[in-house]
Amino acid sequence: MGTERQLITLQVNGETRQVAVPVHKTLLEVLREDLGLTGTKHGCELGECGACTVLIDGRPELACLLLPIACEGREILTVEGLADGAKLHPLQEAFAELGAAQCGYCTPGILLTAKALIDSNPRPTRQEIREALAGNLCRCSGYAKILNAVSMAALRSTEAAAARKP
Amino acid sequence: MTTASTRSTPSIGEGTQDDHELAVIGKRVPKVDVWGKVTGETRYTDDLQLPRMAFGKLLRSPHPHALIKRIDTSGAKALPGVYAVITGHDLPPVKFGILPVSQDEEALCTEKVRYVGDAVAAVAAVDEETAERACRLIDVEYEPLPALMSVEESLSHPEVRIHEYGHGPNIQRLISLQFGDVEAAFAKADLVLEDVFFYQGNNHLAMEQHAALASWGPDGKLTLWSSTQTPHYVHRLLAKILDLPMAHIRVVVPAVGGGFGGKLDPFSHEVAACRLSQLAGRPVKIALTREEVFYTHRGRHPTLMWLKTGFSKDGDILGCHLKTCLDGGAYGSYGVASSFYTGAINSVTYKMPVYRFEGARVFTNKPACGPKRGHGTPQPRFALECQIDKAAERLGLDPAAMRRRIVAEPFTKTANHFTVTTIGLKECIDKVVEASDWRRKWSGWQKVGGKRRGIGFACSAFVTGAGESIYWNEMPHSGVIVRADRGGGVAVLCGATDIGQGSDSILTYLVAEALGIEPKDIRVHTADTDLTPVDLGSYSSRVTLMCGRAAMQAAERLREVMTKAVARKLEVAPEDIVFRDRRVGTRDDWENALTFVQAVELAEAMHGVLAFAGAYAPPKRVPGYRGAGVGPSPCYSYTACAVELEVDEETGEITLHDVWIAHDVGRALNPSLVEGQVEGSVYMAIGEALMEEQVFRKGVHKTPSMLDYKSPTSLDMPEVHTILVETHDPEGPYGAKEAGQGPLLPVMPAIANAVYNVTGVRIDETPITAEKILKGLDLLRQGKPARIGPDKPPAVVYPQPNMVESAFGQPADEDVPRPFA
Repeated sequence: MGTERQLITLQVNGETRQVAVPVHKTLLEVLREDLGLTGTKHGCELGECGACTVLIDGRPELACLLLPIACEGREILTVEGLADGAKLHPLQEAFAELGAAQCGYCTPGILLTAKALIDSNPRPTRQEIREALAGNLCRCSGYAKILNAVSMAALRSTEAAAARKP
Repeated sequence: MTTASTRSTPSIGEGTQDDHELAVIGKRVPKVDVWGKVTGETRYTDDLQLPRMAFGKLLRSPHPHALIKRIDTSGAKALPGVYAVITGHDLPPVKFGILPVSQDEEALCTEKVRYVGDAVAAVAAVDEETAERACRLIDVEYEPLPALMSVEESLSHPEVRIHEYGHGPNIQRLISLQFGDVEAAFAKADLVLEDVFFYQGNNHLAMEQHAALASWGPDGKLTLWSSTQTPHYVHRLLAKILDLPMAHIRVVVPAVGGGFGGKLDPFSHEVAACRLSQLAGRPVKIALTREEVFYTHRGRHPTLMWLKTGFSKDGDILGCHLKTCLDGGAYGSYGVASSFYTGAINSVTYKMPVYRFEGARVFTNKPACGPKRGHGTPQPRFALECQIDKAAERLGLDPAAMRRRIVAEPFTKTANHFTVTTIGLKECIDKVVEASDWRRKWSGWQKVGGKRRGIGFACSAFVTGAGESIYWNEMPHSGVIVRADRGGGVAVLCGATDIGQGSDSILTYLVAEALGIEPKDIRVHTADTDLTPVDLGSYSSRVTLMCGRAAMQAAERLREVMTKAVARKLEVAPEDIVFRDRRVGTRDDWENALTFVQAVELAEAMHGVLAFAGAYAPPKRVPGYRGAGVGPSPCYSYTACAVELEVDEETGEITLHDVWIAHDVGRALNPSLVEGQVEGSVYMAIGEALMEEQVFRKGVHKTPSMLDYKSPTSLDMPEVHTILVETHDPEGPYGAKEAGQGPLLPVMPAIANAVYNVTGVRIDETPITAEKILKGLDLLRQGKPARIGPDKPPAVVYPQPNMVESAFGQPADEDVPRPFA
């Protein structure tokens, strides 16, 4: 009520979006409430659980600790932007096939953290995957199938990349 | 199968079919709802937004125990942007609770608050910030009362009463049951052990915080979307709480982001959202913060236990006497059931000819405890399995071999009159012993202590669904409607709630298998009280078995009609008709088989609309004595587990290396899903064993955040080697038993036993922390008994026991009534 709003321009999932929001609203709130991108979840809103992880210029960041104004001019990727049009990302395929998503609530944040990992390290070891995902809590899976799915997606991605080379 | 019903066509899925005949069951296929979950499309309750929706907030008590003298909401009501403010006086003056025996809660307290976090008022406003600001403008005058923050305080201050009801001052419930003469058993035992154990309380910590969205329409009808595990009980209790006919209430459950028992009660935020919506004339959503989830709680009961067991020199259990005392927190919740569960199913794992159980639940000024994964059974399981380990050492027995020798006999009755059916525990033990290289790694009792790395063993059992509903009735526990559409699409309607465990998928697989179609041809519609038949909820590991059997019955009824129509068209005998590959025909003349779509059209022309219902209620096997309602189950799952770990003697730090776990799941309807349940159970168990604890300081929760409340991360998880054992139980769908809770149970004691194997220190309480290990090692160096744990048994005076003859070893009854079979 009566809070001053600021016009902010964001690059989200390759699209330019403008929002007029109170300057103290977090990126998490703006994504979910103003842009309708509810795929990004909240588990604590204090930067403790990793459920709200999005990629900012390719790096995993916690949307609950970010102010949108700090994200202007940067590429924001949420789970809704992970697929290439109708074609799912190999991570999404692998998570579905191997049963790596149970309740699914931590899944968006984990997918994005994993994407950042395999983009920078195409063949991560199991320990490297564990380390990358250490900030993303999952209470259902025990992480086993998540680690398997990230490995499988990494393998498939590198194989696909190799096949594309002449 | 001892089914009393007769059927005209062969029954499907009774555990008799060979795997090679099955097209869907037993296959690793993706969950039906997984695509939405990997793309962010799945909508959880807090993802829902309705036009004109307001945001609600609860005002909570800052006192652990206080009288409410006065509440003034005028300041909040005057704040611009506020639509409605309510206190408990704006609700009908009724108390409620999930169990009929403990109607002790108010959605908003009117006279008294009983823990820090108890809700006293609620606000609906234009946004969350305004609602929060309005809450701060509510003026509540409290008169603080002495806070009872432990069982000891509650028992030693009878003059301070948290509630007025119960079996004694601050004692909600006392239980005392005896099945045979345990003292005589102890007298003839070669070894009698008496130990005191403590199991710490902890939170479910589901990733999704609870949320509720209520819309009370101008027609006087209410719709509530809520992240609950039990829409039916919420539906039923809302009618009482709001004094509104059930017929005018609809409860819908969107996707649920994990439950583990934490979303099984009706909660303040649900009730407040409804009433606020009615007053504001607009939809109201209340989403809890993580801190509020810790106050809402209903987690594991901290439990002090005294266990006395008599053993023969060969390791047979001759008799067992258990006393438990549960720290219940401020309200009843499921606590009476939890209390019974600390005693009820200790008898179903091993041969236990005589048994005595005494239990108590005590109120304290802390958030109410309730059901968490394993519900009341992890605590006594920890005690029993640690004590068996001690007995094995005293008797010089291999603890795995000792357990294998005393596994309960299938299809018999226990001392406390429960019927056990299939038991795959011996096979589970054998597989874990082999996979873990147990014999080499355990290497005998003389090699305990003084090493870096070692291994521990434990077993367990769990119910596959409660034999009784929470409120007494003769209606089904689960209902399913299967409807075939002219285009060959099949809809499955069921009240079951998928909380991530995969119940929507299980319903789909079972119906697809019965009708010979693909999972993709089926749409499931679940957990909507307007549209779906009642299912009691996602608790007690009941869903796969109960919804599964109801779904199979409904699908079978559809199949019978379709069989008749196709047999008539093809001029063949109905017995020869098979359904597979989306076709219906005879094996001998498969090229002339009809498509599933044609078969549906013929059947609809012959029969009319194709919609069939199925229902399930457990076999009527609940024993007759008072207190027998908790523990009976259609069948029990069994688990064996070995844990290999390392202890750093300098720091006391534990590093888990491997967990081998074999689970008797009856039949794995989808091995991927079952493994997921086992792995998740192991994970949650590790959290409870090593770090998770719900602790308080000066009346206040010490760690109400995910940072301070420690839970395992991907770096803390060992490799989990899951082995599935199939026993094809006659009661389960295609022989399936539960997998969601049982595999949690043996992990904590296996860790404690492994810590002993490595260090020679017995830790008889959870969590098993580095600090406790160092303390134990210190004692060891001083030549003192290296045991960490409580010393005194519960300071409760239990009543004289209800004496019941032991039914141990009697054969399972042949003919058992099955209400809807």
